Amino acid sequence: MSEEPLVQWDWLFDHLGPIAGRVEQHLYLAAIAVGIGFVVSFALAAVSIRRRRLYPFVTLLATAFYTTPSFALFVALVAITGPSVLSAEVPLVLYTVILFVPNIVAGFDAVPKEVLDAADGMGYSSGQRWWHVELPLAIPLVVAGLRLTTVSTIGLVTVTAILGDSLGGLGYYILDGYHRHFPTEILVGGLLSIALAVLADMCFVLLQRLLTPWAAARAAAR
Amino acid sequence: MDLLAATAQWLADPAHWQGSNGIPLRLGEHVALSGVSIFLAALVAMPLGLWIGHTGRFSWLVVSSANAWRALPSFAVIGLLVPFTTLLDPSLGFTLYPTLVAMIVLAGPPILVNSYQGVAGVDRDLVEAARGMGMSERQILLGLEMPVALPVLATGIRSAAVQVIATATLGATFGFGGLGRYIILGDANRDNGELFGGVVLVAALALTTLALFVLLERRLTSPGLAIRTAG
Repeated sequence: MSEEPLVQWDWLFDHLGPIAGRVEQHLYLAAIAVGIGFVVSFALAAVSIRRRRLYPFVTLLATAFYTTPSFALFVALVAITGPSVLSAEVPLVLYTVILFVPNIVAGFDAVPKEVLDAADGMGYSSGQRWWHVELPLAIPLVVAGLRLTTVSTIGLVTVTAILGDSLGGLGYYILDGYHRHFPTEILVGGLLSIALAVLADMCFVLLQRLLTPWAAARAAAR
Repeated sequence: MDLLAATAQWLADPAHWQGSNGIPLRLGEHVALSGVSIFLAALVAMPLGLWIGHTGRFSWLVVSSANAWRALPSFAVIGLLVPFTTLLDPSLGFTLYPTLVAMIVLAGPPILVNSYQGVAGVDRDLVEAARGMGMSERQILLGLEMPVALPVLATGIRSAAVQVIATATLGATFGFGGLGRYIILGDANRDNGELFGGVVLVAALALTTLALFVLLERRLTSPGLAIRTAG
């Protein structure tokens, strides 16, 4: 390993096709998890907001799962469901939900009571109030939560490489490169997966600006 | 319920509690790696966070390290370290160092953020009063800000510790031992008892650490502050 150069560019150029395929798989695995996680989280958050007494249980469950290593969860699922997309997605969705629900609840909690009273006073129905007042005001924290979960999910997808060669996205190259003592492969997998996470993060910063133009306007007015 | 029985049976087997792949040894490896990496991370991150909190300079560093920390996939970080640590040492650089260095990197930001927040959150009027009484900056930091910030500091170390213990299991994929080894071996040998035994041990270690820190944080809270929060 020490005699070779750190990066063998030939390998990189010979494998552009498969690398693109792995990037696609990486994004695909992350997108499914975030998509399903988004829907499940919104449902759970809605229940938690209405039935406040349930929320401590939700957070307790979340902490319990967070102390369980993702790695263990993936391998444990393979023992039950085999090395399939399902064994990769179940833990990914779980971690998405754990991170996302508290952010959604915090977002709706942050809406000032006076604003809701004012909306009621102006004759909004509860549905209109939700759509025109609560949701826009909750959006900054909801998008912040979505950003956090997306970035962490992109990172977690690399771990699914331990489930088998058919999974893992870019994580496949990290693990395969390690087993073959081949630094180029590790660097390609590792650096690209970090780049994907950083890119996703930047996209969400942009989305936050687009969805809440008043925040930028307020900052400029100061 | 086969799974529960198999796990209990594996954990109860005396043969698994001795030898070079025994639970005491693997647990020891796991605890040693986590302890050393948290200690080394705290050695750098804590003074830095305290200093930033006290002076208010470079506070952007705290925010950006916290953000970068969330974007860094631990699996990729361990893997990425391999080519470089093997240049230093072909054998340990292939087994121990990647996980160790990655865990130091993982433990740093939570400790940094909490050290900073602990000190920055101390009532500025108190600091001004201390300054008026003629205390030196050093005395203010060590005699006033540190004691008040201590519980927050402990919380930072706690979250770093729980994270590191859970994530260090990943090291088993990259040649490190520790409790993650059982998960890998259980998967390879199709032995669910071993696999879930490993999961139970890691979770137990993480929860025990969590509980110990909660107890410690209670003791660290200065009595005056405890009365105020209780009332």
